[in-house]
Amino acid sequence: MPSVGVLALQGGVAEHISILENLGCRVTGVRTPEDLASISAIFLPGGESTTLIALMNRWKLTPRLREMGMDGFPMFGTCAGAILLSREILEKEHSVEQQSLGVADVRAVRNYFGRQCCSFIQTLSVLGLSEPFKGIFIRAPLLEPLSDHVEVLSKVDDGAVLLKQDNLWLSSFHPELTADGRIHKLFLEDRGILKGGDDAHI
Amino acid sequence: MNDERREGTWEAKKGLAQMLKGGVIMDVVTPQQASIAQEAGAVAVMALERVPADIRSQGGVARMSDPQMIRGIQEAVDIPVMAKCRIGHFVEAQILEAMAVDFIDESEVLTPADEANHVNKHNFRVPFVCGATNLGEALRRIGEGAAMIRTKGEAGTGNVVEAVRHARSVLGAIKKLAATQEDELMSVAKEMGAPFDLVKYVHENGSLPVVNFAAGGVATPADAALMMQLGMDGVFVGSGIFKSGNPEKRARAIVEAVSRYNDPEILARVSEDLGEAMVGINISTLTDEERMARRGW
Repeated sequence: MPSVGVLALQGGVAEHISILENLGCRVTGVRTPEDLASISAIFLPGGESTTLIALMNRWKLTPRLREMGMDGFPMFGTCAGAILLSREILEKEHSVEQQSLGVADVRAVRNYFGRQCCSFIQTLSVLGLSEPFKGIFIRAPLLEPLSDHVEVLSKVDDGAVLLKQDNLWLSSFHPELTADGRIHKLFLEDRGILKGGDDAHI
Repeated sequence: MNDERREGTWEAKKGLAQMLKGGVIMDVVTPQQASIAQEAGAVAVMALERVPADIRSQGGVARMSDPQMIRGIQEAVDIPVMAKCRIGHFVEAQILEAMAVDFIDESEVLTPADEANHVNKHNFRVPFVCGATNLGEALRRIGEGAAMIRTKGEAGTGNVVEAVRHARSVLGAIKKLAATQEDELMSVAKEMGAPFDLVKYVHENGSLPVVNFAAGGVATPADAALMMQLGMDGVFVGSGIFKSGNPEKRARAIVEAVSRYNDPEILARVSEDLGEAMVGINISTLTDEERMARRGW
C-alpha cells in the first residue's frame, strides 16, 4: 500500500486524507520533520499560505521540505499549497514579501480572481483526464510558468490553473473539495506511486 | 470546453470555511492590530470597532462597524477579512457584501435588530458564520444559509466555560442523532425545531454539513487546544488577544497551540511567559440581560 503524507498544520487536511484513503493509500499527517521519513509523496493543502509558512518555519519543516522538493520528491500543492511551492509570489492588491519553499518555476499571484465574493466554480478540461473536472476556486491564485520545464495541464481564460514541473504539481483550485479523486490519482500515477489502471473506488 | 464561471455558490461559500480549519480568527479594531494578527499566523481577522469586552463595559446599542474602518483593515492585510452585522439586520449584511468582506458574522455580540428572524443568508454571495448553543440552533442557521457555525460561548468574558458547554451540547447531540433510529428522525426534527433534511444529513454523516468553530471566551493557548480536543475545527479569539499584556506573543502562541493541540509538551512550551491574560468575568455574576448567548434562537 503506497504511503503518502498530507501537511497537517492548517487548512483542508481531512479532505485530502479522505480522497487519498479512497485511492488505497496509507496517509500520514505531517507535523514534524520526522513524519517525512516514511512517505513517498506529500500533499500541501489549501488553507492560508501566510499561516502555513509561519507554522512550517515554527515546526522546522521548511528547510527539509525545500531540500526534498529540489531533490525530486513528489509534491502536490493545492491553492495555498501551490503558493508555497512557487518561486515568486505576488498579491493582487497588496505588496507582499512572503516566504515560500520556492522550488517550482512558477509565479503565484495571490487572490488574483478577487476576494471571496468572486470565488467560483468552473468545469475544466484537464490534460490526461477524458472527462471534465469540477474546479472549485476560492480566493484563488493565478499560476504563471516561469520556465519551459513547466507544463500546463489546465487553464481558465485568465491563465494556467494546473501545472506540473517534473515532481512538482500545482493547482490553483481545490480538487480535495470534490469527491472526485481523479487528479490525485493522475499525479500519483505520473510519479509511479499508484499503478495506472488501478481500480480505485471513487 | 470550459463552461461559464459560477460565483458565490454554496460550494464556494462552504469551501472557504473549510480552508480556515485548524486556524485562529482574531478580532481586531485597527489596521495595526490586523497586521500583528496576520504576522502571528491568523487565518482571518474579524474587523470591528470595539471588542466584545468593551461592548460589554461601555453598553449602549452595538452596531455594524464604520465601513471606513473596515476598509482600512482590508487595505492592511491580505488574509480574509470578516465583519459583523446585527442578528436579522439584512441591510447591514448588504452593506458588508457590497464592501466585499470575505465572511459575515451575524453576531449576538451586536444588539439584535430582529427578535424573530435571522438574515436569509441564501440571498447573499458572501458566506455567513452564525453562533449556536445547541444542535437545533446550528441546523436552523444552516437552514437559513449559514456556511459555518461557531459556538456562542460568552463573548468578552475571557471565560471558556460557555464555549465548552455549547461545544459539548452540539457534539453530544450529533453523536446521539447518529445513533437514533431512522423512524424517529421526524420526531427529533420537531423537537429540535430543525429542518428535517438537515436532521437526516447529521444522522447519516455523523457531522454537521459545515465547519464548526469555537468562540466566546477563549483566552489562552490551553483554552484553544481544549476546544480543538473537544472536536472543534478551529477557534475565534475575540477580546482575549488584544486585551492581554503581550498581544503579539499571545497571538502567536494560540496559533501554534491550535496547530499542535494534541501535544501537551508543545502546549507547555508555547504557554510560557505570555504576560498577563485578560482579566475575565465569572459568568454567574452576569444578569440574564448581560448574557449575549441568550440573543437569537
